[in-house]
Amino acid sequence: MIYADHAATTRLRDCALQAMMPFLTDCYANASGAYPFGQAAKKALEDARRQIADCIHAAPSGIIFTSGGSESDNQAIRSAAEIGARSDKKHIISAAFEHHAVLRTLDALRADGWEITLLDVGERGIVSAEQVAAAIRPDTALVSVMFANNEIGTIQPAAEIGAVCRQRGVLFHTDAVQAAGHLPIDTEEMQIDLLSASAHKFGGPKGAGFLYARRGISLTPLIYGGAQERNRRAGTENIPAIVGMAAALAEACAEMESESAAVRRQRDAIIAALSEIPGSMLNGDAEMRLPSNISFCFAGIESETLLLLLGERGICASVGSACASGAAEPSHVLRAIGRSDALARGALRLTIGAELTDSDRQTLIAAVRENVERLRAISHR
Amino acid sequence: MKKALIAMSGGVDSSVAAYLTMQAGYECIGCTMRLYDNEDAGLAAEKTCCSLDDTEDARAVANRLGIPFYVFNFTDLFREKVIGNFVSCYLCGKTPNPCIECNRYLKFEKLLERAEALGCDKVVTGHYAQIVETDAGYQLRRGADHSKDQSYVLYMLTQAQLSHIMLPLGGMTKTEVRAIAEAQGFVTAHKRDSQDICFVPDGDYARIVEQQSSITPEGGDFVDLQGNVLGRHRGLIHYTVGQRRGLGIAVGKPAYVCGLDVPNNRVIIGENKDLFEDTCTLEQVSWTAGDLPQAPVRCLAKIRYRHPAQPATLTFTGADTAILQFDEPQRAITAGQAAVCYDGDTVLGGGTICGTGSVQVQAE
Repeated sequence: MIYADHAATTRLRDCALQAMMPFLTDCYANASGAYPFGQAAKKALEDARRQIADCIHAAPSGIIFTSGGSESDNQAIRSAAEIGARSDKKHIISAAFEHHAVLRTLDALRADGWEITLLDVGERGIVSAEQVAAAIRPDTALVSVMFANNEIGTIQPAAEIGAVCRQRGVLFHTDAVQAAGHLPIDTEEMQIDLLSASAHKFGGPKGAGFLYARRGISLTPLIYGGAQERNRRAGTENIPAIVGMAAALAEACAEMESESAAVRRQRDAIIAALSEIPGSMLNGDAEMRLPSNISFCFAGIESETLLLLLGERGICASVGSACASGAAEPSHVLRAIGRSDALARGALRLTIGAELTDSDRQTLIAAVRENVERLRAISHR
Repeated sequence: MKKALIAMSGGVDSSVAAYLTMQAGYECIGCTMRLYDNEDAGLAAEKTCCSLDDTEDARAVANRLGIPFYVFNFTDLFREKVIGNFVSCYLCGKTPNPCIECNRYLKFEKLLERAEALGCDKVVTGHYAQIVETDAGYQLRRGADHSKDQSYVLYMLTQAQLSHIMLPLGGMTKTEVRAIAEAQGFVTAHKRDSQDICFVPDGDYARIVEQQSSITPEGGDFVDLQGNVLGRHRGLIHYTVGQRRGLGIAVGKPAYVCGLDVPNNRVIIGENKDLFEDTCTLEQVSWTAGDLPQAPVRCLAKIRYRHPAQPATLTFTGADTAILQFDEPQRAITAGQAAVCYDGDTVLGGGTICGTGSVQVQAE
């Protein structure tokens, strides 16, 4: 099997599994327990918080643990909206190609009377700080622009956007689900106020994530109950997952430089080879993109079939998002960068990992090329 | 091993069709076509997708059989070819049969293409009709269970298509099919047969026409055959030929819709006897049996799904147009429905009824 869907999820890192094991077995205490057994769990929780904070250069008290990226996005935006509403600021700026966790939350706010500006991302799939600056109004409460896009992998100028927002006194949230553990993140230098991340995208377990909020930003709970996470997220902490997430992120950040150099080399070789297929088009900027991301449109084919044929050859690839039934959805991201519906139907996303060998790469390229040609032959009959 | 792609709707019939195809020694792939989303059916986008439960039932059966299962997103094509035709047909004063268009463009064109791409020789459906290979080519015949026979909605199949289709339920009765589903423990064993048009779950097709076309049809006059105004109607899309209920007019005897006068936006009202006509013209005619016949063809013809086939003569007037003349006048021949010609149990071909012509307001 060749796994080329790392943007969907990743394999659990060994270090994460090892870190989790004690908390899945002997150390099962509730972190709220007053006895030493509980205090050990509490210590693990706070160690994890510190470890994660270090990875993104943030204060540990700013990290709250959630169930994943979607929850973090929801809570970040809801919180910023509530803060804005207190001073009658009911305008939010975001981008057309954000993850649905952001877009659907904004839809809900729009229905409640907020005004939402979705910035154009252009053919390169990048939002500029100038665009953000031009869109900010006196009543703007929040700018939410993702750190890197999940479908086309384009990296956004977070530091520049952060600088504009700080200067104009507007909160800046970034959905860093695809970036955490893969790109250097410094919340202080980049002037990020709110940041969402998800453990299973960097070798941590599923069902865990975190939200960073700069000191002084009060978070609105989505879940009410006990006093966990300083009253900002009720429910007994998922200690094994949190500990695993911290171990995974620490390792991902430590290995980032060497790992991304290797992955980038494979990515560029694949992009070069697939670009030679007639009627192929790389989606998103070639330079400003995640080391793992390869996204193409192939004219005259339907990726739904291409994915099944690749699947039969043991290749796990994707197009982007899927609906509840599992059918491929037309991509709002590809639409946002101006791809026609017909072209967007022929999209393929390969997101590779460090384990990809040269021989895997050749198999992958050959399989894509052969199947694209085969499908074109059938549909052109 | 030969491969087959099973079109699984999440109903009992296609579940059993999948099982029987496996028993026949095929390597099977199950699939469900996602045909429409909530917006297409006029429902709120946030609601659970109305076709999701059926898809999950199909998936459960595929899992039970241990075969791969895929969902194909055909919403764009369905919107264009089926819903689009449905809407424009109603706006032209016709009464469409969207299941036939779905078979024509989705099940036996798009899905056949998918099957080929996936290396499958056959597409399998749960229709009650039979395909028989003879020296003269493939024949499409009525299902053995005449009360369930669905050959009518398959008349458009060509010889090339028939060679790639299997209908394993063609020789069975519904009772036998349910018994198999029960014995296999399929979740679909006791599901009731679908009745409505799939993308009009509440049966309010006029609402779908209005939503999809953004046209609110204007009301107009009910007139009798002499052109006398009898009252006001709510817009032509609310009426179909032969309709008696919901007219809201009293003329002292049973009143029926005898025709829709689209240019003048009038609904023509008459008595039951005024509904009988013996001739109609057909378009989009396809000939299942092979080459188009040059001479007029004697046949038994059906003008709607539940119509008992009647003796008639079909005469081609062009490459895909024809005139169908019944020996005896038939009640409520309706434009937009299909007319299908049989030789005994064998489908010869058919087409879409485009004109009936004889019911007109006479006083003008």
